[in-house]
Amino acid sequence: MTGRMTRPVLAACLTVLVLLALVPLLESNYLIDLFNEIMIYALFALSLNVIIGYSGNVSFGHAAYFAIGGYTMAILLTTYEWSLLPAFAASVAFSFVASGVVAYFCTRLTDIYFAMLTLAFSMLVWGVAFKWRSMTGGDDGFVGVDVPAFIAERVPFYYFSLVVIATAVAVLWVICHSAFGRALLAVRENPVRAGFVGINTRLMRWWAFVVAGTFAGIAGSLFAMVHRGMYTESAFWPESATVLIMTLLGGMYSFFGPAIGAASLFLLERLTNEYTEYWPLVLGTILLAILMFLPEGLAGLAQAVRRQILRGR
Amino acid sequence: MLKIEGLFKQFGGFIAINDVSFELIEGEKHAIIGPNGAGKTTFFNLVTGHLLPDRGSVAFQGEDITGRPPHRIVKLGLARSFQRINIYPRMSVFENVQVALIARERQELRFFSLAAGLCGPETNELLELVGLDEEADELAGELAYGKQKQLELAIALAENPRVLLLDEPTAGMSPSETEEAIRLIREIADARGLTLLFTEHDMTVVFGIADRITVLHHGEIIASGAPEAVRSDPVVRQVYLGEEEAVNGAA
Repeated sequence: MTGRMTRPVLAACLTVLVLLALVPLLESNYLIDLFNEIMIYALFALSLNVIIGYSGNVSFGHAAYFAIGGYTMAILLTTYEWSLLPAFAASVAFSFVASGVVAYFCTRLTDIYFAMLTLAFSMLVWGVAFKWRSMTGGDDGFVGVDVPAFIAERVPFYYFSLVVIATAVAVLWVICHSAFGRALLAVRENPVRAGFVGINTRLMRWWAFVVAGTFAGIAGSLFAMVHRGMYTESAFWPESATVLIMTLLGGMYSFFGPAIGAASLFLLERLTNEYTEYWPLVLGTILLAILMFLPEGLAGLAQAVRRQILRGR
Repeated sequence: MLKIEGLFKQFGGFIAINDVSFELIEGEKHAIIGPNGAGKTTFFNLVTGHLLPDRGSVAFQGEDITGRPPHRIVKLGLARSFQRINIYPRMSVFENVQVALIARERQELRFFSLAAGLCGPETNELLELVGLDEEADELAGELAYGKQKQLELAIALAENPRVLLLDEPTAGMSPSETEEAIRLIREIADARGLTLLFTEHDMTVVFGIADRITVLHHGEIIASGAPEAVRSDPVVRQVYLGEEEAVNGAA
C-alpha cells in the first residue's frame, strides 16, 4: 500500500485484463459464466476491504449493499422498465444513500459493536427482501430481469461486465491510494493519534463505509443482470461471511488481495465439487489455515516469498 | 496563550485533577513536573480534548475549547506528543509524517488526488529536522525506540502548531539519546517560536529546557515559577524532589 503502482503490479493488472478479455475465445459458456462471477465477486471483496483493510473495522453485513444494488437494478429495469444507464446510476446512488444511512449509525461504534450492528442492518435488508413480496418476489426471488438487448447475449454481457468492473476497480484503486486512503490507513493504524493530527476519525470511517457500500452495489447490480434475477440469499448473512472469507484469504493488507481471494475461493469450490460433496468442510479447513498460518492471506504470503528471494540474492 | 481555570477531573472516587488553574504565556518553555500519579498526563488529556473535564474551562488564545474533540483543537494550533509511543506502526516513516501534513492541509477527503506525490518536500524537511531522513522508507513499527520518539516529535511538528505539548519526550531514552533530544527540542522551539508545555521525570531535561516550572502533586498545583525558585521551594523539596538527588539531576 505504498501509494504508487509499481511496474510489476501494473504489468500483472494488464496481463489479467488481457487474459480476461480472451476468455470468450475459449467458446465455453461454463468458463464465461465462471469468470463473470469471479469478476463480480472480486469487486465485491475489494469493496469490503475498504472497511476491513483500510479503515480497520470488520463488517459482518456487507452483503446488504450488494443486494440493495442488485434488487434496485432488477426492479428498475424490469418492473419500471427503465433503460440501462438511468437504472444503473439509480442503483449506484441508492447503494450510496443506503450505506450512508447505515454508516451513520455503525460508525458511532467500534470493534465488535460495529461488526454486530452491520450484521443487524443486513438482517433488516434481508427481512425487507424476504417480506416485500410484491416488490422483490420474496423468497421465490425476483425472476426474469429485463436485460437490454445489446448485452442480452452471453459474450456481449461478459465484455460489458469486464469494462464496468475494470473501471470500478481502477477508481477504487485511486480512492484507496489517494490522500483519503492514506488518512484512512492512519485511522486504522492508530485512531487516537489520527485524531490528534486533526483527522475526524468518525467521518473518515463513515466515508470508508459508504465507498465500500457503493462499490458493493455496483457488483450487485451486475450480479442481478448476469443471473437475470435477484434472490434473498444474496442479502443473507452467509453471503457476508463468504465475501469476508475471500477478503481474508486473499489478504486484507494488500489492495488486490481480496480479488485474488475471490478467484481462489471460486476455483477451489468448483474443483472441490468435482471430487467431493464436502465443500463446507474444505472451506472450514481453509479458513482455519489462513487464521493460523497466513494472517495476511495469499497476498501476504506472496510478499513474504518475494522478500525471501530478494534476500537470498 | 493557554488559560485553564478551575479544572477538575474525577475517576470514580479518585480525584485526578483538583481545581487546577494555570496560564501558559506565549513563547515560554514550561515544564510540569510531579511524582508518578500526580496527574500530569490526565492534565494533558484534558487540555487537548482527549478527556472531558468534570468542571472548569480551557481557553486557547481567548477561545473557549472545553469539550471540543482533539481533531478540532489541533486545527487551532495546539499539538501534542505522547508519553507512550503513538505512531502508525504499519506505515512507513515518511507516511507517518505525511498523513499529519495531509490532515493539516485538509486534504483527507480528497478521494482522487494520489497520495504518492503529496507534501513530499515538507515531509522530507521534517524528517531531516528530527534526523530521520535516512529511515524514510522503513516501517515505523520497526524503528528503534529512540527514533520512534523522534518520529512522534516530527508528527507533532507537522501540524505546524503554535503551542506544542510534549508528554515525557525523553521517557525510556538512554542518557545520550536524552541529551540529543533536549538539544533538538530546544533548537526547534527556538527556531519556530514555539510555546512549549511539557511533562518530564528527568530533572536534567527539565532544567535543561524549561524557563518556568509548575509542580503538580495529587492533582493540585503546589508551586509554580522560575526554575531556581521552584528548586529551592521548601514544600517542593519535601513532597517531590526528595532533598538530595533531584536537584543534581539524577531522578
